[in-house]
Amino acid sequence: MSKLPRLAVVKFASCDGCQLTLLDCEDELLALGEAVHIAHFAEASSQLEEGPYDIALVEGSITTPHDVERILLLRSISRVLITIGACATSGGIQALKNFADHQEFMKAVYARPEFIQTLSTSTPISQHVKVDFELRGCPVDKVQLLEVIQAYLRGVRPKTSSESVCQPCKRRGTVCVVVVQGIPCLGPITQSGCGSICPAFDRGCYGCFGPAAATNMTSLSDNVLLPNMSPTEAGKWLRSFNGYSPVFAEESVRLWPLTLSNKSHKEGGDTK
Amino acid sequence: MNEKENEPKLWLDRHELQRIFDVLIDDGYEIVGPTVEQGAIIYDRISSADDLPKGIRDQQEPGKYRLEAAGDEYCFSFAVGPHSWKKYLTPPIMPLLRVKQKNSELEIEEVIQKPQKFAFLGVRGCELAAILIQDRLWLDPAHSDPVYRQRRESSLILAVNCTTPAATCFCSSMQTGPACRSGYDVALTELKAGFVIAVGTSSGAALVKRLPLRPATQAEMDEAKQSLAHAEAKITKQMPQVDEHSKLLKKLKHPHWQSVAERCLSCANCTMVCPTCFCHSVDDVSDLNNGDITRVRRWDSCFNLDFSHASGTPIRDTTASRYRQWLTHKLASWIDQFGSSGCVGCGRCITWCPVGIDLTQEVATLLEEPVDVGE
Ligand code: SF4
Ligand code: SF4
Ligand code: SF4
Repeated sequence: MSKLPRLAVVKFASCDGCQLTLLDCEDELLALGEAVHIAHFAEASSQLEEGPYDIALVEGSITTPHDVERILLLRSISRVLITIGACATSGGIQALKNFADHQEFMKAVYARPEFIQTLSTSTPISQHVKVDFELRGCPVDKVQLLEVIQAYLRGVRPKTSSESVCQPCKRRGTVCVVVVQGIPCLGPITQSGCGSICPAFDRGCYGCFGPAAATNMTSLSDNVLLPNMSPTEAGKWLRSFNGYSPVFAEESVRLWPLTLSNKSHKEGGDTK
Repeated sequence: MNEKENEPKLWLDRHELQRIFDVLIDDGYEIVGPTVEQGAIIYDRISSADDLPKGIRDQQEPGKYRLEAAGDEYCFSFAVGPHSWKKYLTPPIMPLLRVKQKNSELEIEEVIQKPQKFAFLGVRGCELAAILIQDRLWLDPAHSDPVYRQRRESSLILAVNCTTPAATCFCSSMQTGPACRSGYDVALTELKAGFVIAVGTSSGAALVKRLPLRPATQAEMDEAKQSLAHAEAKITKQMPQVDEHSKLLKKLKHPHWQSVAERCLSCANCTMVCPTCFCHSVDDVSDLNNGDITRVRRWDSCFNLDFSHASGTPIRDTTASRYRQWLTHKLASWIDQFGSSGCVGCGRCITWCPVGIDLTQEVATLLEEPVDVGE
């Protein structure tokens, strides 16, 4: 057996897009293969080795009782546990059920909902186990992913910025879509990492990387969103990939209050 | 006012404008100037007079910018837009050096990009003032910056007197415009039939010798003067008087900082667009493939929480404290540090703030008497 650090990539409720980002690293993947022993990565190989692992990259959120058991086990056999992506870090788009009645959702989706075993919520990994580092993004950014992996291999703190999307947006010379076109944009309150792609294509930022280090949600709503959309639309917009991250969730509920038939997102915690 | 106001000037017919481009390209310059892109007038590499924003006007207000077609021949009838010349003099992302591991030795290689020779066309009075401010930082003999020095010293500045200020402009109260005062190689004033040209340096003189010029008539010079006077009269926004600024430092506990913080997103757009903001961070970026490390400099901002991170925690941990840092540095402590205000009155931070925060109004409120002061 090789003496290289053992890496595992483990999936929970997710679309696999973040794992694909790792596969997408192409050139660097070979170098990564030399720096670590990829012990478990179902997207890449059906040969799945048991733990312990030096680094576990976790994709996806916790949505079933089985997930809860698996994440506890994974934590116990992993030296470093890093979440990758919005699902693992904030519950993902599937956390929409946290704002609604999940039974209703199941009835709408499955012919025989009684066969489905699920929790009423989709929750981030950090609500269940200690997480060493949370890498944001829907999906994660390839450069940041490699930075995080090699930082842990070297034992240094990963350099991922917590600045707003507006700054890379300005550095790349994009003309602000809010100021010039009146297009609503979540850039000012969203953490950078994607390279500020959307405004460069005449669309507002969708908040894929979750809240920036400093946010002022009410000012963003009042001054950037609401002049261009209804409160319900603005609430829906915040309630997307990172809708269950506390900062976004609170503001989305303020803008688009939960109806009586819905439960409060704060009650939805059959976890911890 | 303009020290060269009464000197004789030259005249370039409008249909000869392309000749400026031809001569500059012939001399090996990369021409950077105004052009319409993404719904705004930005600065980019241009190669012909056709690239200029002919017949385009801009409308600016706090948090809002729109273009409209006037359908005339004027190429410089707009105020400054989202870009500034710092985009070229201190690029937003700049690799500085690369460290390679060769056996057990470290090899350090400079990776500063190839020398650039820019001709900046359309630089406004406020922007000349901003470049002179940046010079004080980057060309300080004690620690001059090789990237900036190379770019600055080899570039030619073709300024344009501003005859169309926007509603967000307040250069006149900062004594930087609308006329170009100093720091240009040549300065143009655009009139209907052509351009009145003033020469500022020997490089400018060498350039105009190669253009099809004649001396400007008294009538042309008078018309140029009038259009500048007209521009000055159009500027309604004012910064409260400069000598008041030291008073700002006596307002550190003013409740108004908190009221700005209720609107401010801490997004840093204001510092990114400001032509004098120079803050940057330097990071070492490693390459998994070959183990190389590249040292990269990038624009940073005092609005970032990490920017004041010291001893494990940010010192300026509230938006109020960060906005206060920005405004008091720009307008007050900058004077102690560099001998002038850090604001040239270009109005960019007002237009490009997504929530339309207007520093002139915030200053006016902060200086209102009587208020509990506190240093
Ligand atoms: S387009 Fe969006 S991300 Fe870019 S500067 Fe404007 S508000 Fe910020
Ligand atoms: S502070 Fe604002 S108005 Fe003053 S120079 Fe900077 S961007 Fe222009
Ligand atoms: S003043 Fe405006 S542009 Fe500057 S950080 Fe605050 S919201 Fe952003």
